[in-house]
Amino acid sequence: MNAADKKRLLREMLFARRFEERCYEAYVERKIGGFLHLYPGEEACAFGVLEAARPGHDYVITGYRDHVHAIKCGADPKEVMAELFAKETGSSKGRGGSMHIFDVKHHFMGGYALVGGPFPLAAGMAKAIQLKGGDEIAICFLGDAANNQGTFHESLNMAALWKLPVLYVCENNLYGIGTRIDRSTAVVEQYKRVAAYNIPSAQEDGQDIEKVFKAAQKAVKHVRSGKGPYFLELMTYRYRGHSMSDSNAYRGKDEERMWSKRDPIIMLRDRLIESGDLTKAAYKTMDTEILDQIENDIIAFAESSPEPRVEELHKYVFAENDPWVKGAARGGDK
Amino acid sequence: MAQIMFWEAVRRAHDEEMANDPMVICMGEDIGVAGGTYKATNGLYAKYGAERVIDTPISENGFTGLAVGASFLGVRPIVEIMSVNFAWLALDQLFNSAAKVRYMSGGQLTAPVVVRSPGGTAHMLGAQHSARMEKVFMGIAGLRVVTPSNPRQAYGLLKSAVRCNDPVFINEHELMYNMKGEVPDNEYFMPLEGSEVAREGRDVTLFGYNISVHWCMAAADILSKQFGIEAEVIDLYSLAPLDRAGIRKSVSKTHRAIIVEEAEAPVGVGSEVMAIINEECFFELDAAPVRVSAENVPIPYNHTLEKAVIPDANDVVAAVRKMFGK
Ligand SMILES: Cc1ncc(C[n+]2csc(CCOP(=O)(O)OP(=O)(O)O)c2C)c(N)n1
Ligand SMILES: [Mg+2]
Repeated sequence: MNAADKKRLLREMLFARRFEERCYEAYVERKIGGFLHLYPGEEACAFGVLEAARPGHDYVITGYRDHVHAIKCGADPKEVMAELFAKETGSSKGRGGSMHIFDVKHHFMGGYALVGGPFPLAAGMAKAIQLKGGDEIAICFLGDAANNQGTFHESLNMAALWKLPVLYVCENNLYGIGTRIDRSTAVVEQYKRVAAYNIPSAQEDGQDIEKVFKAAQKAVKHVRSGKGPYFLELMTYRYRGHSMSDSNAYRGKDEERMWSKRDPIIMLRDRLIESGDLTKAAYKTMDTEILDQIENDIIAFAESSPEPRVEELHKYVFAENDPWVKGAARGGDK
Repeated sequence: MAQIMFWEAVRRAHDEEMANDPMVICMGEDIGVAGGTYKATNGLYAKYGAERVIDTPISENGFTGLAVGASFLGVRPIVEIMSVNFAWLALDQLFNSAAKVRYMSGGQLTAPVVVRSPGGTAHMLGAQHSARMEKVFMGIAGLRVVTPSNPRQAYGLLKSAVRCNDPVFINEHELMYNMKGEVPDNEYFMPLEGSEVAREGRDVTLFGYNISVHWCMAAADILSKQFGIEAEVIDLYSLAPLDRAGIRKSVSKTHRAIIVEEAEAPVGVGSEVMAIINEECFFELDAAPVRVSAENVPIPYNHTLEKAVIPDANDVVAAVRKMFGK
């Protein structure tokens, strides 16, 4: 990773941070509804891993904390914001919402709201890749607490058994809503749990994007070479509550302070300043440009977009004009 | 009689039943230290301790099955599934184990487990957080399904469910936890089977359950004031079994029936009540029964679309007016 890459990643992460912070405001302004789960604090996970993979080419799937992963895969942030604003121009045409960002043309295969749901879906996509003989891999990002679902174990077993090209990334932020990991999980170190399936794994500092990148390179190489699944655990922290309806009351202030000192963006920024590749002023300019872009470009687009039409309520429930449904194609004996 | 909120009524029932019987435990995600997403178990962790108020991992089928197993040996678990959408994951244990074990053991074993879970469409929660699943539960032999429409029922039904020797699924509603209502000061047990007359009337019966009872009540008010139509509202708080006698009695009196449900129409409470009317009192009818149901689509995020999917009191009024040609 050279200085230019690092600077670009710094910008991408800062953009993601500001995007999510703006979502928070828009939620308070009641422009965004429903459940909203934000990503600040965890940026180095998505950016570090996907930087080591081929976003837009590899198939990515995750849970409800999904805006940033979609954007890194290539989703237009305008469309993501429009989705949050429930507009027809949104990535899911206003039908999905925050937890269900989809951008299939960039191989971002969705955000899903049921904890543990994406594990087997990722294995299934890997199975399809294997059948088709492609060089893509499937990448599944999920939280630590999701690993207590049966789907986790069932999927790992199948992935290992059939050597499926799938990378499971565990964003371990130490909590599942208000329950700390040691109160829900017998083995706290998640990377150890996959040993039972003979799946290679590693644990890495999820706040340091360079370390994440390196660990992910190894993981991606393993999976892409046809050796089967890999499990990467990234130790991270979410700054805000689980969702907008969660106050974080269960976390100690000391703990929060400790993690805020390990901010992935600040750490990378300071490193670039120290090496002389970035000035404080340049960083400030970058930030201002991002804030302007979000306000003038992204929010303006979302605000001014039309809502979906009630007449189209039933669109997307089933395939349209499917010949196999209406009897257009019959066959059989005359 | 005190006015308390729905969540307080549920909490009080937990508290009394846990105080009454050391074998009553409760479990679910974030119900202990955090006190529950809707505060239904608030304060119980401090009072009864971690052994009986259990924060579970996110393993719905696992912890529901665990509760069923514990109930085999005399424990009386009250399981909270954070949202009915997540109860899909626990259906195997609920349907294949809890509901069937009494029968397939020839009556040797029973699973007196209570599973409570909020369902319904709240506000812009999207397709995977807006399930109305009662139709699924009510079709399973061996499982009782009740669905309270007010704090009194929430309290009285949970009390009876804990003591009942069958598995009981309690379908609550995300939007109703802060609703206030009168609950008896003295201990009170509601029969798990039956229905209630929420409002008497002579011209048409509006059948509702859970949140749709409130749409029916609001509609009955409008119909009486503006159209001179006196609607009777029947609260079908027991969905499995449905109260055949109560349905027959009301339809035999009003000769007209409208069933109001928050769920989409296919294979639902509406179709089931219509079938019962057909079987019990077809010749009493002056008009074909009508369903007021949700549109048959996954719930959209956009609020305008969401509102278009879910019926409300106005839709009930419109259906009655159409039936009467008014
Ligand atoms: C099947 C299911 N059960 C429960 C929930 C409610 N829920 C949503 S997120 C969450 C915690 C998940 O924690 P984790 O997997 O660590 O991910 P994080 O939110 O920390 O990123 C829970 C319990 C759900 N959405 N789906
Ligand atoms: Mg977590």
